Amino acid sequence: MSEMDDIIKEFLVESNDNLDQLDSGLVELEKDPQSQELLGGVFRAIHTVKGTSGVLGFSKLESIAHGGENLLSKLRDGKLRLNTDITSGLLKMVDAIREVLRAIESTGSEGDGNYTEITSMLSSLLDRELANATLLTGEPRRLGQILTENLSIPQDAIDAALSQQSAGDLRRIGEILVEQGTIEPQEVLHALKTQAGETSTQVSASNIRVDVGLLDKLMNLVGELVLTRNQILQVTASQKDASFVGAAQRLNLITTELQEGVMKTRMQPIGNVWNKFPRVVRDLSVQFGKAVRIEMEGTETELDKTIIEAIKDPLTHIIRNAVDHGIEMPETRRAQGKPPEGKLLLRAFHEGGQVNIEISDDGGGIDLERLKKKAIERAQVTGEQAARMSEREALNLVFLPGLSTAEKVTNVSGRGVGMDVVKTNVEKIGGVVDIHSVPRQGTTLKIKIPLTLAIIPALIATSGGERFAIPQVSLLELVRLEGAEASTAIEDIHGAPVYRLRGKLLPLVFLNQALRLANSGSAGFRPAESFQFDAARISHLAWKDKLRNYLDGQGEISPQTAESPRDCALGQWLYGSAFKQYSHIPEIQRLEERHREMHAMVGSVIRSHQAKNNAAADERYSQIEPISREIVKLLLNLEKQLEKLFSINIVVLQADEHQFGLVVDEINDTEEIVVKPLGKQLKGIDCFAGATIMGDGQVALILDVLGIAQTANVVTEVRDHAVIETAIQKTDRVAGRDAWLVFTAGGRRMAIPLGMVARLEEFSASQMEYSGDGLVVQYRGQIMPLIDIARRLNLDPGREPEGTLQVVVYSEAGRSIGLVVEQIVDVVEQAVSVECVQGSCGLMGSAVLQEKVTDLLDVRTLVQQVPGREIRA
Amino acid sequence: MNSSQQFCTFFLNGLFFGVEVERVQEVIRHLSTTRVPLAPAVLGGLINLRGQIVTAVDLRRRLEMPERTEGQVSMNVVVCTDDGAVSLLVDEIGDVVEVSNNDFEPPPDTLSGVARELIRGAFKLKDKLLLLIDTERAIGRA
Repeated sequence: MSEMDDIIKEFLVESNDNLDQLDSGLVELEKDPQSQELLGGVFRAIHTVKGTSGVLGFSKLESIAHGGENLLSKLRDGKLRLNTDITSGLLKMVDAIREVLRAIESTGSEGDGNYTEITSMLSSLLDRELANATLLTGEPRRLGQILTENLSIPQDAIDAALSQQSAGDLRRIGEILVEQGTIEPQEVLHALKTQAGETSTQVSASNIRVDVGLLDKLMNLVGELVLTRNQILQVTASQKDASFVGAAQRLNLITTELQEGVMKTRMQPIGNVWNKFPRVVRDLSVQFGKAVRIEMEGTETELDKTIIEAIKDPLTHIIRNAVDHGIEMPETRRAQGKPPEGKLLLRAFHEGGQVNIEISDDGGGIDLERLKKKAIERAQVTGEQAARMSEREALNLVFLPGLSTAEKVTNVSGRGVGMDVVKTNVEKIGGVVDIHSVPRQGTTLKIKIPLTLAIIPALIATSGGERFAIPQVSLLELVRLEGAEASTAIEDIHGAPVYRLRGKLLPLVFLNQALRLANSGSAGFRPAESFQFDAARISHLAWKDKLRNYLDGQGEISPQTAESPRDCALGQWLYGSAFKQYSHIPEIQRLEERHREMHAMVGSVIRSHQAKNNAAADERYSQIEPISREIVKLLLNLEKQLEKLFSINIVVLQADEHQFGLVVDEINDTEEIVVKPLGKQLKGIDCFAGATIMGDGQVALILDVLGIAQTANVVTEVRDHAVIETAIQKTDRVAGRDAWLVFTAGGRRMAIPLGMVARLEEFSASQMEYSGDGLVVQYRGQIMPLIDIARRLNLDPGREPEGTLQVVVYSEAGRSIGLVVEQIVDVVEQAVSVECVQGSCGLMGSAVLQEKVTDLLDVRTLVQQVPGREIRA
Repeated sequence: MNSSQQFCTFFLNGLFFGVEVERVQEVIRHLSTTRVPLAPAVLGGLINLRGQIVTAVDLRRRLEMPERTEGQVSMNVVVCTDDGAVSLLVDEIGDVVEVSNNDFEPPPDTLSGVARELIRGAFKLKDKLLLLIDTERAIGRA
C-alpha cells in the first residue's frame, strides 16, 4: 500500500510540474504559435499526464488529458494553428486536471466532479477548428531548407542532390552534398543538430529530487557546525600550536564553503514563482478586456525557499492589482497616447545581500486625492492630517488595512484586503515594501527582502556589560566620537539626545537606557565640562615650581592654603562636580589620596621654612618629588581610561523610514550568527528578534531594530509628546551657550532659543483661516493660532501671505502657537551676550549671532498677547 | 491512576520539591545564563543547551522566595512543555523518588499567595514533605 502511495505521490508532483510547464508553454505559444519546440514541449507534458493516469487507473484524468492531447497533436502536426479559443480551451483543461489532482491528493480518488463538459468542449473545439483550418505545412524544416537558409548553399546544389536521390541514390542528402564538396561535414552536423533541436529539447538528467525536510535538517546541522566552528576559532586565538591553528583555519574555510553550498541547495530562482504570472496576467486581461504584456528580468535571481514561499502570495496580489486597476482599458490608453497594450515589468536582482523585486506597470498611477478621500471617509486619517501629508506619506495610505481606491469591486481586487496584507507578509520575513507612483505614468512597487533567514551577518556590540547582536541589514554606518568631541558632539533637544550626522540631526537611543541595563561606562550623559588633563598637569608642575621658588626666597605662600588639598588648581579640578560620578574609578581614588598626602607634606615644608629650618624644609621637599611624579603618572593613566570610557560608539540604524543612532559601549566585531527563536515567555518583548549562541558558548540576544526604535519612540508620535512635556518643565536658558534658531521676519534677522521650537512646518496660504480676529490654521486636529511676527512687531509686513508660509511651532501646556516667519536661516550654537533694547515690545534684546546682529524674540510675551489662549482640543 | 509515581526532586530555599519524572527532559548542573533585559525578573535568562536556546525560570523568584546568596549557583531541571524545553532554576538536585499516591494531600487552606497557585499538594514522606509543583503554571505566567 505504501509503495502505491509513493507512486501516486510521485505522480502528483510530476503532473503538477507538467501542468506548470503547460501553463507557461501555452501562454508563450500564443505569442509564437509556430514554435515547434514549444509545441513539442506542451504536447509531451500532456502526453505524460495522460499516459501515467491511464497506467494508474485514473480514467477521468485520462479522458480529459486525451481531449487536450488530440488538440495538441493537431497543432504539433501543423494541421491547426493556435488561436485564443484553443488556448483558452487548453487552459481550462489544465485547470480541470489540477482540480482532479487536488481531489486525488486529499481523498485518494478522482472525486465525483463531472468533466464531460470539458471533454466535449475539447472535441467540439477540435472539430470546429479543423473545419476552419487551412492546412498548414508545419513540419520540421527539411535539411536542405536549413542549409539554404542558414549556410546559403545555393538552391540548385540542393536541387541537384535531391534529383540524384530520386534517381536512386540511397544516401542521405547531407552525404551527397559533402561528397560533392559543396559543404563541410561539420556544417552538415550543425544543421542536423538544428533540425533535431526543432523536434525535441534535451531533457537534463543532472537533477534529482530531494525531500525539503532533508534540506531543512541539513541546514540546521550546518547551523550547529557554524557555531562549533566559531567556538573552535575562539579557542584557537589563544593557541600557539601551528598545526592546530592550521587545522582550525581549514575547518573555518570548509565550514564556510559548506554553509554556502547548503544554502544554495535551498535556493530557488525567483522564476519558479514568476512562471505562473503570465497565466494570471493573461486570464485577468482576457477577463477585463485589457491587453497586458508581462516582461521579466532577472528570473534566475535566487532566493531561499522559505522566502520564495512567503512572497508568492503577496506578489500574486500585487500583479492582480496592477492588471485590475493599474493598467487602463486599451481605449483609455490610446486616448492618452500610450500604446494600447499595457506593460507589466517584473525585475529581480541582488543588491547588498538583499534581493530586490520590482513590479512596475505603465498604467494610470495612484490617484492620491482619491486615496486621501477614501482614508478620510473610513476615518483612518483626519482631513487635516491628509492635507499635511507629503506625497510619500499619502502613497503609503495604500498600505492601510481595508483601503481600496477601486471604484468598483471586482472579484479580483477592490475589496480592500490586500496591500496591508502584502506589507505585513513582506515585513514578516524581514523585508520592506516601498511604493512609487506617477499619475498617468504608472506605479512601481519595490520589495527588498533578505536572502535567507537562518544565518545572518550581525554586528556584535556591548552595552551594560552584555553582548547584543545587531542584524547588519539595518546597519548604515558606525560613528565613533573620541576625546573632546565625545563630550560636546551630543546635543540635547529637551531631553532627546541628538547627534549631527553630516549636518542632519540624528536622534540617539542609548541602548543601556532603552533596555534598562546597568549604567556602565560611557553610555550615560557626558558631563558638560571636559577634562583638561594637560591643564591639570601643567598647573600641578607650575605649583611645584612656585613652592621651590618660595623655598628659595621668592614669592609668598600661606601655609593654610597650601595645606588644603581643595584650594589648588588640581584640587579644584579633582573635587569638582565633573568627577563626582566617576569616583568609583581606582585611579581617581588613588589620585585623591596622593594629592592629600602631598598637601600635608607641603604644609610641613612651609612650616619648616618659616621656622628657618631650611635643611628640614629641603628634605621634606625632596620627599614631595616622588609623590608628584606619581600624581603626573596617575593623571596620564586616568586620561587614557576616561578617553576609553568617554568615547562614544554610535551605530547608525535604519528602522522603517527613520534613521537613528544606537549608542553602545563597545563595538566588537561582525559575525555570521544563527538566528534561534525565543521561547513564548519572551514573545512580548519587542526589542529582541531572537537569540544566538556566541563563539564562547554564551547566549546573546539579537536586537530587533524596529522594536528598539519603537520602544525608544523613534518611529512614533509619542516622542513629540515627551519633547513637549519636557519643554514645559524646562526653563529657557536665555543667555549662555545655547542653540538658536535663526530666521528672518519683516526683513530683520531674528532668533529664538531652539529649545522653544517644537517643530518647523510649512503651510500653504490656502490653509489659513480666520477665527475671531486672528489668523489660525488647522494643525494636528487642533486650531493653532498664528502670529505673523512682522506684523506683530510693526515691521514692514513685506507681502500678504501667499504661497507657502514658514511656521515655527511653539508648544506650551499642550497648546501650539505658530510663528509665521519669512525664512528659516539656520540653527546656530553660540554663546551670546544679550544687549537690551529699550521700548521694543516682543523683543528681549539683540545679540551677535554668526557675526550679524540678530534680534532675540521674546516668545513668551508675544504668545501672551494672542487672543483666545484658552483654545484647546 | 497508578498507586505510585516517580518524582525528580530538588531543593529550593530548604524546601523539598518534586516534578513528575516523565516531564523532565534532563537535569544539568550550573550553566551560565544570559539575562534578558526588560523581561520579568522571574525569567532567570537564557541558557545554551547543546546549541538549543532554552528559557530558564528562576523558581525562587517565581515562588517569591529570597534570592540565592552570593556564590550559591543554580541547577537546571529541564522540563518538556508544549512549546519546547524550559529550564527550572533550583538550588540543588535530589534523587528520583517513588512515592505512593495514598500519601498525597492537597495543600492546607493556610497556604496562601503565589505558593497556593503553584503547589498542588504534598506527599508525606517518612522524614519530610515532598511538595508537588505545578510546572505548567510555574512557567506559564513567568
